[in-house]
Amino acid sequence: MIGLTIFLVVLVLVLLIFIALYNSIVRSRIQIDNAWAQIDTQLKRRHDLIPNLVNAVKGYMKYEQETLSKIIEARNKAISATEFGDKAKAEGELSGLLTRLFALFENYPELKASQNVLNLQEQLTTTENQIAFARQHYNDSVMIYNTKIQTFPGNIVASIFSFKQREFFEIPEAEKTVPQVNLEI
Amino acid sequence: MIDFFQQQRINKWKTLNIILLSIIILGTIGYAVDKIHFGNQFPAITIVAIFVAVANSIISYFYGDKMVLSSVMARPPDTSNFKEQQLVNVVREMSIASGIPVPAVFVMEEASPNAFATGRDEQHSSICVTTGLLNTMNREELQGVIAHEIGHIRNRDILTMTVVAAITGAIVLLSDWARRNMLYSSRTRKKSSGKGSGILLLIVLILIIIAPLIARVMAMAVSRAREYMADAASAEFTRNPLALASALEKIQQHYDKIVDRATVGTAHLFISDPRNSRINNDESFFANLFSTHPPIHKRIMILKNMAGVV
Repeated sequence: MIGLTIFLVVLVLVLLIFIALYNSIVRSRIQIDNAWAQIDTQLKRRHDLIPNLVNAVKGYMKYEQETLSKIIEARNKAISATEFGDKAKAEGELSGLLTRLFALFENYPELKASQNVLNLQEQLTTTENQIAFARQHYNDSVMIYNTKIQTFPGNIVASIFSFKQREFFEIPEAEKTVPQVNLEI
Repeated sequence: MIDFFQQQRINKWKTLNIILLSIIILGTIGYAVDKIHFGNQFPAITIVAIFVAVANSIISYFYGDKMVLSSVMARPPDTSNFKEQQLVNVVREMSIASGIPVPAVFVMEEASPNAFATGRDEQHSSICVTTGLLNTMNREELQGVIAHEIGHIRNRDILTMTVVAAITGAIVLLSDWARRNMLYSSRTRKKSSGKGSGILLLIVLILIIIAPLIARVMAMAVSRAREYMADAASAEFTRNPLALASALEKIQQHYDKIVDRATVGTAHLFISDPRNSRINNDESFFANLFSTHPPIHKRIMILKNMAGVV
C-alpha cells in the first residue's frame, strides 16, 4: 500500500516536471517565431521610409545622386528578392549604403538644419536599430532554445516530440564590411 | 547568478508577503483599537481594518501604476517634439531587444534627469522619464536608461515596486490617522478597561511608531540587488554597458537636483534616488538594510567592468 502511494506520488511528480519542461521549450520556440516576425516587419518599414528620405535630401545633395540612386536600386532589389540568400544580401547592401549616406550628411550643414530631414533620419535610425535588436533577440532566443533541447532533461522531451534545433541568423557578409566613405568631394 | 525566471518568481513571492504583512499590520492595529476602545466586544474595527487592507492590496495591484503615474503628474509624450519622438522610438527598440510587449510611455516635467517603470506585468507596464533626462542624454545613453527600465519590467520588479509604493502610501496615511485618533481618545476616555489596557496602549503606540518604519522595511524588500540586476539587463539588451555607465555619470553630476514629486512611497521606483538621501551612498550594513538604491559610483564601476575598461 505504502509502496503504491510512493510510486504514484513519484509518477505524478515526474509527469508535472515533464509538462513544465515541455511548456518551457514551446515558450522558447514561440519567442523565436516572434523575434523572426519582428525582423520582417522592420525590414518592410525600412523599405517604406527610404523613398521619403531620398526625396527629402535629393535637393540638398546634388553631388550624391549616384549614392541616392544606388540606395533606391538596393531597396527595389531587396523588395523583389524571393530567395532568402538574395534578400539577405540586398538588405545588407542597403544597410551599408544608408550608413554611408548618414556619414555624408556631415558635409551638408543645411541638411542638419532641416527638421524634416532630422525626423526622417531618426525614423530610419530607429528602424535600423530595431532590425539589429530583433536579430540579436532572435539569436538569443535560438541559443536559449537550442540549449534547452540539448541539455538534460530537456533533451528527453525534445526527442519524444522531435523538437529540432534552430539556426542562427548570420549577419550577411555585405554588412560586416565597414562602409567606405568617400571624402573626395 | 540567478536568471530572470527565478527573479520573477522571487518578486511574485515577495509581493504576496508584502500584501500579507500589510494585512497583518493593519489587522493588529485594528485589534488593538478594538480592545482599548471597546473592551472585549465584537471586533468591528479589526474587521474593518482587514477589509481596508485587503481592498488596499487589490487596488494597489490593479491600479498601483495609475496611482504612481498620477502622483508624479506624468503625461503622454508629445510626438511632434523631436526628443519625445526619439524616446518613443528607443522604448520600441529596447522592447524588441528584450522580447517584451511595448510598454506605455510617459513624460514628467522635471529638470532633474531620472526615470522609472511601473505596472504589474509585461502586458501592463509603463515607463516614465523626466524632461531633464531627455535634455541631458544622447541617444545611446537614453537607450541604456530605457533598457534598465525594461529590465525591471522583464524581471517583474515593477510588480513588487508598484505594490510597495501603493501600500506604503496607504499605511503611512493610516498610521498618521491612528496617531491623531489615539492622542485624542487617551485624553477624553473616561472608563479604563483595567490593567490590560496599559499594555495594549503600549502595543498600539509601538505599532503607530513602527508602522512607517515597517513601510521603509518593505521598500527594502525591493533591495539594492534589483538595481544591479536591471543594470545587467540593460547591458544584455544594448550590448553596450558603457552607455548606461555614461548616463549614470551624467545623473551623478546632477545629483544636487531632486525630483520634487517623488515621495517616501515612490522613491525606490526611480533609476537613481530622486530624493538624494545620504544613506544611498553608504555601504555599511545599516545602509544596505535601509537604502533604496546602491551607490551610483559602484554601479558605474560594475558596468565599466562588464565592458572591460576600469
